[in-house]
Amino acid sequence: MSRPVAIDVSHLGKTYDKVRAVDDLSFQVYTGEIFGLLGPNGAGKSTTLRILITLLNPTSGSARIFGLDSVKDADRVRQTIGYVPQERAIDRFLTGREHLELLADLYHLSTEDATRRIPQLLQLVELEQQADRPAKTYSGGMKRKLDIACGLLPDPKVLFLDEPTLGLDVQSRLRIWDHVRAMRERGITVVMTTNYLDEADQLCDRIAIIDGGRIKALGAPNELKVGLGGDLVSLTVREEDRVEKLAAAVRDLPAIRAVTTKPNGLDIRVDSPEKALPAILEAANRLTCQLEFIDYHRPRLDDVFIAHTGRSIKDDQPKAEDS
Amino acid sequence: MKEYSQEIRALTMRWVRRLSREKFSMLFTLVQPMLFWLIFFGNLFQRAADIQVTQSSSYISFLTAGVVVMTVLNNGLAGGVDLLFDKENGFLERLMSTPIHRTSVILSRFIFVTTITSLQVLVILGVAWLFGVQPVTGLAGVATILLIGMMFGVGLTAISMAMAFSVKSHGDFFSVLGFLSLPMIFLSSALVPLAAMPGWMGFLAQFNPMTWAIDAVRPLILQGWAEALPHVGMVIGVMVLFDAICLYGGARAFRRAIG
Repeated sequence: MSRPVAIDVSHLGKTYDKVRAVDDLSFQVYTGEIFGLLGPNGAGKSTTLRILITLLNPTSGSARIFGLDSVKDADRVRQTIGYVPQERAIDRFLTGREHLELLADLYHLSTEDATRRIPQLLQLVELEQQADRPAKTYSGGMKRKLDIACGLLPDPKVLFLDEPTLGLDVQSRLRIWDHVRAMRERGITVVMTTNYLDEADQLCDRIAIIDGGRIKALGAPNELKVGLGGDLVSLTVREEDRVEKLAAAVRDLPAIRAVTTKPNGLDIRVDSPEKALPAILEAANRLTCQLEFIDYHRPRLDDVFIAHTGRSIKDDQPKAEDS
Repeated sequence: MKEYSQEIRALTMRWVRRLSREKFSMLFTLVQPMLFWLIFFGNLFQRAADIQVTQSSSYISFLTAGVVVMTVLNNGLAGGVDLLFDKENGFLERLMSTPIHRTSVILSRFIFVTTITSLQVLVILGVAWLFGVQPVTGLAGVATILLIGMMFGVGLTAISMAMAFSVKSHGDFFSVLGFLSLPMIFLSSALVPLAAMPGWMGFLAQFNPMTWAIDAVRPLILQGWAEALPHVGMVIGVMVLFDAICLYGGARAFRRAIG
């Protein structure tokens, strides 16, 4: 599959005070996709993002954005990209409109361009009503929308979002997701960091799972899940002495990939739930083995994360420091 | 060049807007030095201060030069505070991710601090005038005072920004600031002439750049060009050196924090 490449990261490394925050990272982001850097806090995803937006110089390797080097052509990269930092990066004393006016000057827009674009963007993120109120009166969701409008102001080819929905309520999150999808519709390439699995799963076209400064897995969320090997059916059996017997029977059924026994039941990896589920239930019936509980789920990104990093993403969530 | 001035104008306007939104804080910033030092302190010590010692007609007239330079000191040392907050909340990153010249943010801050300080110095001289203190060197003298204030202010603002870029938390920043400000004032000729200080304090005060600035401003207000010029020449030389050192340090701290 050869798709046009927007960002080419090659053997990227960044060392702070002898600690390797990012270690030999290589990946490509395709034009027009939503690409997610998923990982726990301190995994190196923010460092990677900050190298891409020219705020950090890599210790080794390189990052190219539409062919422009993030160090040598930093100024031209900055003209090509938009950046949406984490939520608090706004000036509480300025109004929403003033934020956009300030950035319009920093991107060297002409007065005509600025007066045309700013109302459009305010309308796009639904902030027209509050545009002339100081940002300190904004809710978290409104600040985030303002952030996004700021990121879109330069009409970027690539938009970088740092934890776009961190700390937002559910409704605001969904709204932000809609905005991000709308950007993809407009042909903008989106690169975002997140430590929310559901966000990576539902919003991103492809994700890179980063842990300890390295890429552990890369691909579309679905590919990664399928790569784990089938959907998972968990049975809890009432009479524990029948577990072995049931396991033996299930192993011979069609569309079954693997069976693991637990003291009170079975974990079954299946290729096709449509075929496997009825067969499993029938086998249980035949052996008069009463089932207490059946759980069926497709592999979640959670499972992918655990499979590749050996731990759950939530294990070290409380750490505040993110480098 | 057109782009550079567009950036700097916009960034400077941001500081002005912020100040105008914080009316309360603006009022205190502007009024505090006059109220505390010039009006209260000046009048309080009117009779306690010996005119023979201060060599001037009244304590307020002696103190005016000190209050002018103190204002420059305080504004300069606090000049980096807003950048510190910008650094901490990520706004600085947002600014630096735009295609602006790397020096624009800092330059806008210098312009803003220098302008506000100059306005404040003018107001202080105006209030002093109400108490009967008229600079004997006239408008040219006032312009020279502003020049000295700007030169001193640039170095101080550079120190403040260097600290803002280097400190780990803003608690550290304010501790250092609080620690620096008052000793700088007491160990200078702002409140008492060097000759009237305890020997060791007078000795230390000689090395304080604030003393040099005050010793040039004071004769401009009280005595006249003949007495003032040697001091003015001296302080300009000293300030060029002072600014060069501070700007060099500031530039290094900035590159470490941003580059």
